[in-house]
Amino acid sequence: MTTLTAQNIHKTYLLRSGLRFSKLQAVKDVSFELTAGRTVALVGQSGSGKSTIAKLLMQLEHPTSGQLLLDGKPIGRRGAALTAYRDDVQMVFQDPFASLNPFHSIGHHLRRPLLLHGKATAKTVDARAAELLERVNLSPAASFLERRPHELSGGQRQRVAIARALAPGPKVLVADEPVSMLDVSVRLGVLNLLARLQREEQLAMLYITHDLATARHFSDEILVMYKGEVVERGAADDVILNPQAEFTRTLLKAAPEPGTNQRFLAEARRRGVPMPDHLAHREDQ
Amino acid sequence: MTTKPTTAAMAVSAQRRRLPGFLTPTLMVGGGIVVLITLFGLVAPFFVADPNAVDNMGMQPPSAQHWLGTTQTGQDVLAQLAWATRGSLTVGVIVAVMALFLSAFFGILGGYLGGWLDEAFSLFTNVVLILPGLPLMIVIGSYVEQRGLILIAVVLAITSWAASARVLRSQTLSIRGRDYVQASKIAGERAWRIIAVEILPNLLPVMSSSFVFALVTAILGEAGLSFIGLGVVGTHTWGSMLFYAQNGQALTLGGWWWFVPPGAMIAALGAGLSLINFSIDGIINPRLRTAPAAARTARHAQKEAAAA
Amino acid sequence: MSTRTPDPASAPAADAADHHPSAADLAASAANRELVDIEDLRGDDSPLSQEPVLTVRDLSIEYEVDPPVRAVRSASFQLRRGEVLGLAGESGCGKTTLAYGLNQLHRPPARIVEGSVTFHGQDGHDVDVLALHGADLRAFHWSRIAMVFQGAMNSLNPVISVRAQLDDVFTTHRPDMSKAERLSRSRELLDLVGVDPDRIGAFAHELSGGMRQRVMIAMALALDPELMIMDEPTTALDVVVQREILQEILRLRHELGFAVIFITHDLPMLLEISDRIAVMRAGRIVELETAEELYFAPKHPYTRTLLGSFPSLTGDAGDFIRAGYSDEETR
Repeated sequence: MTTLTAQNIHKTYLLRSGLRFSKLQAVKDVSFELTAGRTVALVGQSGSGKSTIAKLLMQLEHPTSGQLLLDGKPIGRRGAALTAYRDDVQMVFQDPFASLNPFHSIGHHLRRPLLLHGKATAKTVDARAAELLERVNLSPAASFLERRPHELSGGQRQRVAIARALAPGPKVLVADEPVSMLDVSVRLGVLNLLARLQREEQLAMLYITHDLATARHFSDEILVMYKGEVVERGAADDVILNPQAEFTRTLLKAAPEPGTNQRFLAEARRRGVPMPDHLAHREDQ
Repeated sequence: MTTKPTTAAMAVSAQRRRLPGFLTPTLMVGGGIVVLITLFGLVAPFFVADPNAVDNMGMQPPSAQHWLGTTQTGQDVLAQLAWATRGSLTVGVIVAVMALFLSAFFGILGGYLGGWLDEAFSLFTNVVLILPGLPLMIVIGSYVEQRGLILIAVVLAITSWAASARVLRSQTLSIRGRDYVQASKIAGERAWRIIAVEILPNLLPVMSSSFVFALVTAILGEAGLSFIGLGVVGTHTWGSMLFYAQNGQALTLGGWWWFVPPGAMIAALGAGLSLINFSIDGIINPRLRTAPAAARTARHAQKEAAAA
Repeated sequence: MSTRTPDPASAPAADAADHHPSAADLAASAANRELVDIEDLRGDDSPLSQEPVLTVRDLSIEYEVDPPVRAVRSASFQLRRGEVLGLAGESGCGKTTLAYGLNQLHRPPARIVEGSVTFHGQDGHDVDVLALHGADLRAFHWSRIAMVFQGAMNSLNPVISVRAQLDDVFTTHRPDMSKAERLSRSRELLDLVGVDPDRIGAFAHELSGGMRQRVMIAMALALDPELMIMDEPTTALDVVVQREILQEILRLRHELGFAVIFITHDLPMLLEISDRIAVMRAGRIVELETAEELYFAPKHPYTRTLLGSFPSLTGDAGDFIRAGYSDEETR
């Protein structure tokens, strides 16, 4: 079973303003492990370093110090080793509008990774691409292959992005805020799809998000990041229901949650609105 | 940003389905002018008299035999115009193509690869950019005696690629950071394929705009050089016609038929190419296209509602 | 050449620096106001009255293209003084078009095809908003109804200071105010929204996202409007800053008594702050209820779908199932 391990990762950017240089520590001493069939959620606000982690895992950037290990071995950075890494580790981007090239058809986006990673020959590539589309519930696949991205809705595009990430047959999937730019009613469909694919392929998944609620229901372990550091980690339910760190508590308090809002509940009782039993009797908490 | 197109956007795109979106009136007028002039330059030389045949009659106004009159040496102006059109367009196209390749090389390659190569290319581009164009052209032009077509084209190309190289570089930098380029990298594409397949197609609108602009400046530049006597030797161009018209005192002697046609052709081609450029801008930024049309249709609807 | 040169891609670090409130910002926002919890601002103490401030009847707005698109269909509701009305819906449902139409801010090809919008002023006079034009409309805008637009955080002019922009509002609408009066009123407004008045000389890029949003709200409040329309005022902000801004809005409503139309797709947020919520879909208001009624007893199937899309943080998962489901459920 494939495991991707991050050990003491640091990433510092050197910023240049005219002749002056300053350092920005985007990621400070972050470690975690992604194992098959489990989802780790990386929760944080903007500027917390979670997107940087995604880039580091995908080798779009390299850590200033620390290492990444795939199945215990340091990852390959060049040539054949890099290609082999990309066989196993793939990513779904946040913005369904920006992650597909407006100039090319959906088929192009799927054919290229299939061919590059040897998952299909020139003869079989169209059939394989259609299979991928069916897997992400874009049916009938044939009609989608020749369409351009702008003809698809956000949710459909994101499914194409997921299909593209699956093309090389990866074992590890990094999902960088996969639903935050989608319409509300479409989000759960896409998240449910990711969950199903993870189960079927036994993927090791990293779910990056700012939304605690989906992090809780979608992942096994939660890492809370603040300004580049992991301030809390633990099993999903533990972190949400029993937060230790100050920042985690602030985040939880800030999330809208009408079901536990005492004033809301009191209002409801006062108005005589029918409620589920377990809420009706919670007078003080 | 949300996903489903807003009601407004959907409405506007519904409007576009009647005619291919890019065939705006601007494009049709501009394109029409350019096509007509090009046809004239391609076809007319086969049908006109010898532009170099001199005659004793001197400068004569337009007549049945010479539709645009004659020059001081009795040469047929219309014939000269036909060949001059071909000459100017040839120079223009050669310059524009050369400038395109130069700006693409220094702009796109430098922009994508980054690092010291980008710094070097960028420095080189900036230096060339600040070199004064016309004086440089004059210096080179006067230095060389045998000024053939290619030399003039090279001189003009050297002085016009730098500005669009900068634009292409910044566009490339912008596209390079986009998710779909990163996604291609992650999918395992090689750098050259990413440039050719992912980045270049999205640069096409900017490149066509640069090409058209280079064409305009090349033709004007050539006209300028010819006018001061440093143009191509031996070939007719609009600029050379103007040069000879100036030398032959056409303005003072009232020979409008000699200098007005070439001048008008330069102006018309310039206008046509600029109109094409405006419509390319409309493709790059669709909002430029739909605003006036939107106001028009809203007014119509208002009138209909009031009349009803 | 008329093509614009876009910005070259900036280092990711630059974005990170942008969103962190500086120490000064945090201190400033904390010091200048008491932190009133949202929960305490609703109930018997709220400024919600029974008098209407806005009556919208059968408002329909169409986009005049070929074929015409009905963006808003027969929207009707009555907003009471001091009420917070949440307008919920997904992209394309028409909520922004409705907001723009309400105070005649819509532009061609949008056109109001039928309906009426009546504003009931505090002075007792009723104003037919759709009949206003020119100078009357300009006077009406901002002083009676003010609007905080979507992406307002980026609506501050980057090259002039906050003071200059607030000044602008006053010189346009209250030309008889003296310079000293304008400055003192501007500082008051900043204090009101929880921004340290000493930051009045700052430029947009020197302020964090949350502070910029507060400045936009201050600008909207400048002329004491009776109704504030806010279009997704917190979308681009972090969750913690979001909560602060919401608290700020409710506290201001409590103090100044204006009504609020709050437009967003984030239903849980609306549930917490709204008195009533209107759910819009494909141009129609499909449900208009009190927040509690909507949450506990939603009537329209679309409302139920929308509610189900937000898994509860501490409760059950709603429509979200992680294991043991069929293919149907993942579509």
